[in-house]
Amino acid sequence: MAHVKLTSVRKSFGSVEIIMGVDIEIDSGEFVVFVGPSGCGKSTLLRMIAGLEDITSGTIEIGGRVVNDLPPKDRSIAMVFQSYAIFPHMSVRENVGFGLTIKGVDKAEKEKKVLEAARILQMENLLDRRPSQLSGGQRQRVAIGRAIVRDPSVFLFDEPLSNLDAALRLDMRMEIGKLHQSLGASMIYVTHDQIEAMTLADRIVVLKDGQVMQTGTPMELFHNPDNLFVAGFIGAPRMNFFEVDAAPVGNGAYRIGAPDVAETVVTAKKPLPEGERAILGIRPQHLSLIDDAGAASADQGVLTGKVALVERLGTETIVNLSLPSGAVLIAALDGDNPVAMGSAVTLAYARTDAHLFAKE
Amino acid sequence: MAEISSRNRGLRLFARYLVLALVAVVFMFPLVFMVVSSFKPDGQLLADTSSFRAFLPVGDISLDNYRAAFERAPIGQFMFNSVMITMVTVTLSIGICSLAGFSFVFLDWSGRGVILSIVLATLIIPFETIAVPLLLVVSRLPWVGLDGVEWGWLNTYRVQIVPWIVDALTIFLFVQYFKDLPRELIEAARVEGASWLQVYARIVMPLSGPVLATAAILKSLKMYNEQYLWPLIVVQDEAHRPIMVGLGYFFQLNVAWGELMAYLTLISVPVLAFYLFMQRAFIASIASTGVKG
Ligand SMILES: Nc1ncnc2c1ncn2[C@@H]1O[C@H](COP(=O)(O)OP(=O)(O)OP(=O)(O)O)[C@@H](O)[C@H]1O
Ligand SMILES: [Mg+2]
Repeated sequence: MAHVKLTSVRKSFGSVEIIMGVDIEIDSGEFVVFVGPSGCGKSTLLRMIAGLEDITSGTIEIGGRVVNDLPPKDRSIAMVFQSYAIFPHMSVRENVGFGLTIKGVDKAEKEKKVLEAARILQMENLLDRRPSQLSGGQRQRVAIGRAIVRDPSVFLFDEPLSNLDAALRLDMRMEIGKLHQSLGASMIYVTHDQIEAMTLADRIVVLKDGQVMQTGTPMELFHNPDNLFVAGFIGAPRMNFFEVDAAPVGNGAYRIGAPDVAETVVTAKKPLPEGERAILGIRPQHLSLIDDAGAASADQGVLTGKVALVERLGTETIVNLSLPSGAVLIAALDGDNPVAMGSAVTLAYARTDAHLFAKE
Repeated sequence: MAEISSRNRGLRLFARYLVLALVAVVFMFPLVFMVVSSFKPDGQLLADTSSFRAFLPVGDISLDNYRAAFERAPIGQFMFNSVMITMVTVTLSIGICSLAGFSFVFLDWSGRGVILSIVLATLIIPFETIAVPLLLVVSRLPWVGLDGVEWGWLNTYRVQIVPWIVDALTIFLFVQYFKDLPRELIEAARVEGASWLQVYARIVMPLSGPVLATAAILKSLKMYNEQYLWPLIVVQDEAHRPIMVGLGYFFQLNVAWGELMAYLTLISVPVLAFYLFMQRAFIASIASTGVKG
């Protein structure tokens, strides 16, 4: 049974509709990430689940109960805010124990839970400090600590790491992952960082302009994006796109041709609209170097171009090619690749790895 | 070069202090005059005003004016009344106006924008225009006291307190301050299970030091220094009179200047004490809210 269930949820601020009918089901214990560009309504959606923002229409259920009209405290949720929102006039101990204080939990019990949370987050030594004496990462721990002492059934995170520097972000990301495993609670995590989304999520919900573009495991989204937006949003470096002519050859397959792409046959996931031009998508990771077009096998497509830029990252080499039409193609080749600036190269991709989308 | 610029800096600093000192002196003159004059007999006091002796404790110096002032008016009673009325009003005002501000900023009820505008609009209504209607109201209000219900609030402390508890300026101060509090703090407290009253008491109030100081100071000065017209209308009974009405005791057929100065000196003491006590908060609050009294 779904633990958190959103049904046709809509939200308008005045006359502007921000969330346009969203359906999402989240299983018990699942880690779901909402991802999407800035302003797409991720925070609004999360705040609606939290009860901080009312719902224009639709229903939200948590644990089988419709919570539309329940205040935040009755929803069995805890939330970690982007700004941490820890109370500046209270010590770390008081901050972490705040929810328990409000509930009237007795002192000894509260202290035990606060210590337990502090131990999990490795901040026992910080308990008597004031928030102003803490670093960003430590503040974030306090905010998470405050969430876990109350033992909620759903954790809500709104871009909790976006104010941290890169190294700390990586650490905290792993800690949140570990926390999810040890607590086993459902978590909903908002970010616009697709790496955070890919690494943390059991399932990702990709949002755009207040609508769900696709929901699936990170690998499903990576390998089978439903549409151009998801294809472009998930995966780094970004998927390469080419506008192509596509002629149907039956069985959902199309013969494609374009100035930069050698003619070949590719299968589209969804039938393309008649007679229109289509978009071919190839992930940088799916390209590999071959000697020349003749060396390609029957199930491969081929591209040629000139190497414009080489970035050697050790584990992989990112190559920018300029194609005959002037477009730029990005390929992620293996780390020790001898490819040289300015050389003309031929790249091959498996036809099954190529994506064909309707032009939007 | 360096020498010139450092000399310039010294010069500028000197000029700055000179200006500050002049301003301070200008502000001090009336106070010095008041205190010094309170020790002089009327004849000498008036004669001295034509020279700088007005600011010097010279000539026939004595405490006679104080003795006479105490005989003329129940000064202790007046000061007690004013301090009491001020403290009670300020305490209630801060409690109620901050709750009102909290409601305007954080609670979601329809019409709050309109009502806030109306409240703020009352800022431009001078008290004189509502004094008479207010008098008619308070003269008929009931009160449940220890000995049953009584009618009419004239000649009481409450008539000098209740009408002044709620004022638009204090509400406005709180509204402005609350608007700038980080919203996520409030939301975090809500998610953690705090009721609105708990959010008010445990989060918002503890973070409102500067605005509390500002509101308390502005309101105290107003209540202590400016309560004249209203008590004059509603309090005939000496036992409930505040200090400003007490001034009238010294403006009889002949103005008793020396005694008046003694009285003024005495009633300034609580203000100075309050100011010294609040000095830090006072400066901090003006600096942080940009409001001056
Ligand atoms: N209280 C509000 N009143 C009016 N419009 C709002 C309000 N809150 C949010 N919006 C609008 O709703 C849209 C979605 O906002 P939201 O904060 O949910 O975006 P987001 O996906 O979280 O973006 P970001 O990644 O930048 O945090 C934005 O266009 C924003 O301007
Ligand atoms: Mg957001």
